[in-house]
Amino acid sequence: MTEPPATTPDPHPVDQPHVHGASVELRSVTKHYEAGERGPGAVNDLSMRVPAGRICVLVGPSGCGKTTTLKMVNRLIEPTSGRILVDDRDIASQDPIALRRGIGYVIQQVGLFPHQTIGQNVAIVPSLLGWETARRVARVDELLELVGLDPARYRDRYPSQLSGGERQRVGVARALAADPPLMLMDEPFGAVDPIVRERLQEELLRLQARMTRTILFVTHDIDEALRLGDLVAVFQAGGVLAQLDTPQAILAAPASEFVARFVGADRGLKRLSLTRVRDLEPSPVPTATVGEPAAAGHARLAVATPGIPAGWLLLVDAAQRPLGWVPSARIPTEGVLGATLAEPTGAILTPWMSLRDALSVMLDAEVVTGVVVDAEGLVQGALTIDRLADTLRA
Amino acid sequence: MTDRPVIDWRWIGSHLDDLWDLTVEHIVLTVIAVGVGFVLSFGLALVILRWRPAYGPITAIAGIMYTIPSLALFALLVPITGLSTLTAEIALVSYTLLILVRTIVIGVDGVPVDAREAADGMGFTSRGRLLRVELPLALPVIVAGLRIATVTTIGLVTVSALIGQGGLGRLINDGLQRGFPTMTITGAVMSVLLAIVADVLFVLTLRRLTPWQHVRRSDP
Ligand SMILES: Nc1ncnc2c1ncn2[C@@H]1O[C@H](COP(=O)(O)OP(=O)(O)OP(=O)(O)O)[C@@H](O)[C@H]1O
Ligand SMILES: [Mg+2]
Repeated sequence: MTEPPATTPDPHPVDQPHVHGASVELRSVTKHYEAGERGPGAVNDLSMRVPAGRICVLVGPSGCGKTTTLKMVNRLIEPTSGRILVDDRDIASQDPIALRRGIGYVIQQVGLFPHQTIGQNVAIVPSLLGWETARRVARVDELLELVGLDPARYRDRYPSQLSGGERQRVGVARALAADPPLMLMDEPFGAVDPIVRERLQEELLRLQARMTRTILFVTHDIDEALRLGDLVAVFQAGGVLAQLDTPQAILAAPASEFVARFVGADRGLKRLSLTRVRDLEPSPVPTATVGEPAAAGHARLAVATPGIPAGWLLLVDAAQRPLGWVPSARIPTEGVLGATLAEPTGAILTPWMSLRDALSVMLDAEVVTGVVVDAEGLVQGALTIDRLADTLRA
Repeated sequence: MTDRPVIDWRWIGSHLDDLWDLTVEHIVLTVIAVGVGFVLSFGLALVILRWRPAYGPITAIAGIMYTIPSLALFALLVPITGLSTLTAEIALVSYTLLILVRTIVIGVDGVPVDAREAADGMGFTSRGRLLRVELPLALPVIVAGLRIATVTTIGLVTVSALIGQGGLGRLINDGLQRGFPTMTITGAVMSVLLAIVADVLFVLTLRRLTPWQHVRRSDP
């Protein structure tokens, strides 16, 4: 009796050349730890599908069955019922040892071997797979560099000589060692302070951008989930899947009261932080270059400017860098537009800024319109606070 | 009588060869006992690690053997195996079992769960996990067991002098029978020295085998 898997919208079609991943599918998976256990088990009738090459973040309160779900995928735990498919093949019929060697696994407690050096720890799976020494050594250095640890400094140290955050990086490097198409990461950044955590998250996204693989990532930090996930699976007690969708969709339309409470009352702001300035088309602004005749300024203000407040002219320098706004009343009737006319604006929005930061910049500058510039600082247009609010209604 | 010294150094000086031979005999008896005891204990510990219900019965039997007074055990065995090295070794080996079985099991049980789980998650076979993860991590505890077993055995070897074995124990025995304290004291002191040397060797070997336990915790 197999139910069709919960349909999951694919956030973006697979088009990168480097996709190297295995899809994961759970079909009506249930796990009861005690045989003959009545009532809800650790995981109940869980169905979900993660397409190849996507990061799916499992998030939910403590004890809701996230770790149990991960461990069923590499058969550290056998489900009581249901089927699990990796790359469309049922794992129940595969040799667990071979299966595990093909899946990267970062356990919740890091679990480095204290009696082996960092280099030996990272080389474990390659050595289990019988790689020759030279290839193994090269791979260790490559991976340590990848996770931002200088191989010469760290290779021969023991785990006890590393900080918690460094150990977690080694844990990630070790899971990546044999370049597995599927990674299971159980709170890999749980033991580090927010700043290091953010850096590790960025490193993970950078790695994923270079080499796309499928990642099931467990956390109970909703912000981490929204930041990293192509898909976010919100679990509630008893291993029940409350919602599986893209971060945007979960924030825009939480499936239940539980999900809404879990993502938090500030979910509007969270949605803003998921979108960047470059994702929005800036509204055109009436612009004039320093030294142009004042009449030209008047002429440009006469044209309607949908999306931004009327009666303001943006003065730019010869290179198109913004100098500031000039209210129509201050534009002289004759002569040229001088730089001193402009009221400098603090609300400059750069392409990689999140909309949340953009909003903050505008509030700080006490303006309703921000000037959008490109990476070189050249004017592209403008965004108003209303436009930001509109993105939340979309 | 009274002018005779407690220690007759001349006797010692003229019997160095005998002392050496007895020391070697003492070492051989000890090494065989601990070696055989370790192999047996290792096998028993493997059984227990695979099938936990065996833990109670195995340690109960080893415990009973451990509590039989050594003199009584030698006496019980003589009618069966005679006044032989075999008799001595059977008794000596049986005294090592309890300590060694227990420390091997406790050592492996004490391996951090996260290391064990990581090993499973990365695809170790259960044999590979035991050899490459659990035993190395259990080494400090296992070696602690070997130290106790060895020091105990070095002491017990002296008792086997009563059945004609005994290494340095023969000196103690003969000295007592002849009322010649030099022999007794020499035998006792040398077996104590032997125990100390063995203990130090274990500590040094363990240090070499477990470099991870002796690293500085912070960046220099
Ligand atoms: N080996 C086990 N035997 C019995 N019950 C277990 C076992 N492992 C986990 N459980 C129970 O199953 C439930 C789910 O546990 P799981 O470890 O999957 O939670 P989790 O979501 O990973 O929690 P956390 O965020 O705290 O890590 C919990 O109620 C837990 O007590
Ligand atoms: Mg967990």
